[in-house]
Amino acid sequence: MSSNRLKALSIATVAILVVGFALVFFWTPMDADQGFKQKIFYLHVPLAIVALLGFMAGGVEGFRHLRSGDKRHDLNSYVFIHLSVVFGVAVLVTGAIWAKASWGYWWVWEEPTLVSFLIVFLLYCTYYPFRYAIEDRDQQARYASVFAITAGAFVPLNFMAVRMAESVIHPRVFATSEGGLPDSMLFTFLICFVGIGLLWLLLVKVEMAGKQASGQVSRLRRALDPEAHGRTVGGRIAPNMETP
Amino acid sequence: MTPSRTAFAAILGKDLRTELRTMRSLPAMVLFAITTFIIFRYGLDRTTLSGSLAGGVLWTTILFAAILGINRIFVSEQEEGGFDAFRLAPVDRTVLFTAKAAALFIYLSVLELIVVPIFAIFFLDSASGLLPLIVVLAGANLGICALGTLISSMAVNSRARDLLVPLLLLPLVVPLMIAATSATAPLLEAAGPSYDKFGTWLLVMGLYDGIFCLVGYAVFDFLLED
Repeated sequence: MSSNRLKALSIATVAILVVGFALVFFWTPMDADQGFKQKIFYLHVPLAIVALLGFMAGGVEGFRHLRSGDKRHDLNSYVFIHLSVVFGVAVLVTGAIWAKASWGYWWVWEEPTLVSFLIVFLLYCTYYPFRYAIEDRDQQARYASVFAITAGAFVPLNFMAVRMAESVIHPRVFATSEGGLPDSMLFTFLICFVGIGLLWLLLVKVEMAGKQASGQVSRLRRALDPEAHGRTVGGRIAPNMETP
Repeated sequence: MTPSRTAFAAILGKDLRTELRTMRSLPAMVLFAITTFIIFRYGLDRTTLSGSLAGGVLWTTILFAAILGINRIFVSEQEEGGFDAFRLAPVDRTVLFTAKAAALFIYLSVLELIVVPIFAIFFLDSASGLLPLIVVLAGANLGICALGTLISSMAVNSRARDLLVPLLLLPLVVPLMIAATSATAPLLEAAGPSYDKFGTWLLVMGLYDGIFCLVGYAVFDFLLED
């Protein structure tokens, strides 16, 4: 991605997030039951949905990598999962803050969505040690793709099993019998959701651009001095856009 | 090309023969399980268990004992060049997956055949819940085998083999363990077995088994490429 498009994307992301959070604080009505603390949902829920979609997208990219053997899909899969793990930390932190404000505890085991998310998060944390433990680059890419597919299939199953085991006390904002959210809340939520989605996309693009640049640098270095730099790239763990 | 059934029987037979002659996995798994029961007896400070506590102790022990076996199922192939030989053989590659999963299933069944009665003698007041428990054991074994074989074949080619298997496997089997313990708990009630939501949990286990058998079957090819 060229730097101009990256710039445009960052401006759009910042603008939408600013508008979204301005609406959150100055326009949406106070929740009758929860009051001010309900407003963290405009951050927490989009983060969680984007992170989960990112994990699944990582699985899809893993599948495409196995199908085509194209290293670019493996790179996508890695970056998607990586950023979703980062978002996952934010989800757990914002969720805990809300739980403390609402129920008085930082952690509530009866809450299936919280527990499922933690399990999924822990599983994806093992992606890094697993990936780093395989030395051969091709094998590493293939195995990481298999992991991404398996874990991607695991995400919905896990949510189902944990939910069945627990009572339902997590707020179901969209699917209540009373008809769910008022329009102003839903509109603001969608703006925030788009903003967080763009933020994720922007970070993905930035990371890709960084990897492309470092790949280019080591390619140029090798061209300059093939003797000294012929074998220096072996130690790098994460995939990058290098072509031999 | 050798028919898959012949290849399956050959690999499974080889694995079981090796295990019978060397006794590398099973005795360790059994000993580990029994020692773990003793630790639970003092850790929980109970001499009898029932309900969800009994289910939890039983499944924790079986799962961790299973990990000992899962760690080892591909080690001999890796060390003695079995993978290379298999790649040269004119057989369907997924046969290795099904044969290894079947071997693991047999190990786990033998383990449970020995360990569950011991568990009953140690902790349970009545053995009446053990018969329906067989269904739960079989359902959970299938899921553990499919995922365990997949994870083990991934981990065996990495630098941190023994570390990675539990690290990857434990989060993946959480849903299976939720279903297994939830189905087991009412069976082991002190008042005698009841079947509260028994069918639902079996269904969850079946779904889980089905999905991960298919995933394993579909992706295993790629783990053998070199």
